[in-house]
Amino acid sequence: MPITYTSGEQVEVYRFNWLITLGIPASALFLQAWLPHLFPVFAMLDLPLLVTIFFAISRRNPISGLLTGGAIGVFQDALTGLPIGINGIAKTIVGYAASSLGVKLDVENAGARLLVTLVFCVVHKIIYFMVARGLVNLSVQWSWPHELWSAFVNAIVGVFLFFALDRFKLRT
Amino acid sequence: MESVLGRYKNLIVLVGVLFAQVLGLAVQVKRTTDTESSRLIRIWAVNSVTPFEKVLNWMHHGTGNLWHNYFYLRGVRAENRDLRAQIEKLRLEQVRLNEDAAQARRLQALLAFKEQFISQTLPAQVIGSGGTEQSRIVYIDKGEHDGLKTDMAVITVDGIVGKVLKVFGSTAQVLLIDDQSSGVGAILEKSRLQGILRGTPAGEVVLERIMSDNAVQPGEEVRTSGGDRIFPKGLPVGTVTRVGNGPDLFLSIRVRPAANLSKLEEVLVVTKLVEQEPTQLQTGPVRAADILAQRLPSVPDKPAADAAKTSESSQAAAPPANRPSGGTAPPRAESIPPAPKPNISSGASSAASTNKTPSITLISPAAGSTGLRPATERRPVPPPVKVANPATPPAQNPVPPDSSTTPQDGPQ
Repeated sequence: MPITYTSGEQVEVYRFNWLITLGIPASALFLQAWLPHLFPVFAMLDLPLLVTIFFAISRRNPISGLLTGGAIGVFQDALTGLPIGINGIAKTIVGYAASSLGVKLDVENAGARLLVTLVFCVVHKIIYFMVARGLVNLSVQWSWPHELWSAFVNAIVGVFLFFALDRFKLRT
Repeated sequence: MESVLGRYKNLIVLVGVLFAQVLGLAVQVKRTTDTESSRLIRIWAVNSVTPFEKVLNWMHHGTGNLWHNYFYLRGVRAENRDLRAQIEKLRLEQVRLNEDAAQARRLQALLAFKEQFISQTLPAQVIGSGGTEQSRIVYIDKGEHDGLKTDMAVITVDGIVGKVLKVFGSTAQVLLIDDQSSGVGAILEKSRLQGILRGTPAGEVVLERIMSDNAVQPGEEVRTSGGDRIFPKGLPVGTVTRVGNGPDLFLSIRVRPAANLSKLEEVLVVTKLVEQEPTQLQTGPVRAADILAQRLPSVPDKPAADAAKTSESSQAAAPPANRPSGGTAPPRAESIPPAPKPNISSGASSAASTNKTPSITLISPAAGSTGLRPATERRPVPPPVKVANPATPPAQNPVPPDSSTTPQDGPQ
């Protein structure tokens, strides 16, 4: 059963070492900035978003999720030439939604993670598009095939990444 | 009240964080100057990422260079042979271009036309990217400490790359020409139509503001027009790949950038531009025969004793055409600086000293010039043909008299 509806008490809540809490998002941000320079196809990936989703789902704390997402998003924006806050807003909402979902649902297996990551990647793209178009007046192009394909690739990578990061989880 | 706050605590925090970010966005959108409020955050972010990128790039290039320069040398000999052949071919072509350039220079001098020359460039290495598809920027490993400023042009040997957008201590952000917020003044090489080069959200490059009643053919070269005051005129931009009808009676022209923007490694930042009127230099023509003559095999140098003997015997027989340049012909052979085989030296210094000497310009880094020149600009005065070996008599010179190194004696 990929997604199980459960009460807040039944699901496992995890915490992380502070080194992991800082190191993994920093590594994701660094790789996101460095890898597309060597391999342009990596620009399709959004590693900071995957890390945001992972921490939000694992901690199952909405405030923690939205703050993590916001911080990662703002940092990511600072590395681009665009105004700071576009990614910040999108990842704040995704972090909040993912952690809220984590409270309700148990998403520990690969199928559930693939589906959840796919949905949140699309949601992130939509919010990003709305903020960039509506608030900053950027001429961002929207293409459903490209966005869906990108979300699918991110979801696939996310499944493997989540399993790799699971070993850093600590039970509360 | 407390229960309400506790109940909607998560939502209140969410709204608060979102509100703060929206407010920050509004401030940034309103302020478009360099003294932006977000600069501190950007400096922190960039300074925390770029040192690692520099180290990794150094390791990456180090291992790559070790492999390519010391171990993997397969085909280098054949490549060297091909390159030599190509150099010969280009030298012949250069003679023709020098003529055109000299003519253009004369006309420009008549019109008091001011040109911009790249007088100084700074090589830099690309160490990272913006990381998103929406923002097409790269980071280079040179910054404020190296004298970089915003709006400096960034180029490669192939063509233009972008401009410096933000400068930090030891790094700088470069906005690529395929970013949607970039704009470059461009001109079509054949039709001389001017437009604005912009990036699209999809990362393509289009030439805008060219009326649809103009005829533009795919394959036409695009160069910088100099109108943006960032890129000097004449730098290669790219090639027209597709022409279609755009909005508002304008053409939609797709351009393939000359520089490979997705595989940038080393770039040149144009740190200094010099604006000057072209000087009309009085130079004699260099013919293709001169160049061909240099490719002929020469007789090896004789020992000094033999050379002196031969020199005496051949002095009288030496044709006037083989006498050295520089005014009156010297009466004695010892003072004649003849050459069995003329050298083609690269460098502007020697060119200036001998204005009346026909010469061939090799624009190369070794010439002492620190910068590139616009592609439309050709130096009409190449370095003079020097006389290499005074000991060898002119009679042994394999170069025919009509292709000698003394142009004032030849048919001018």
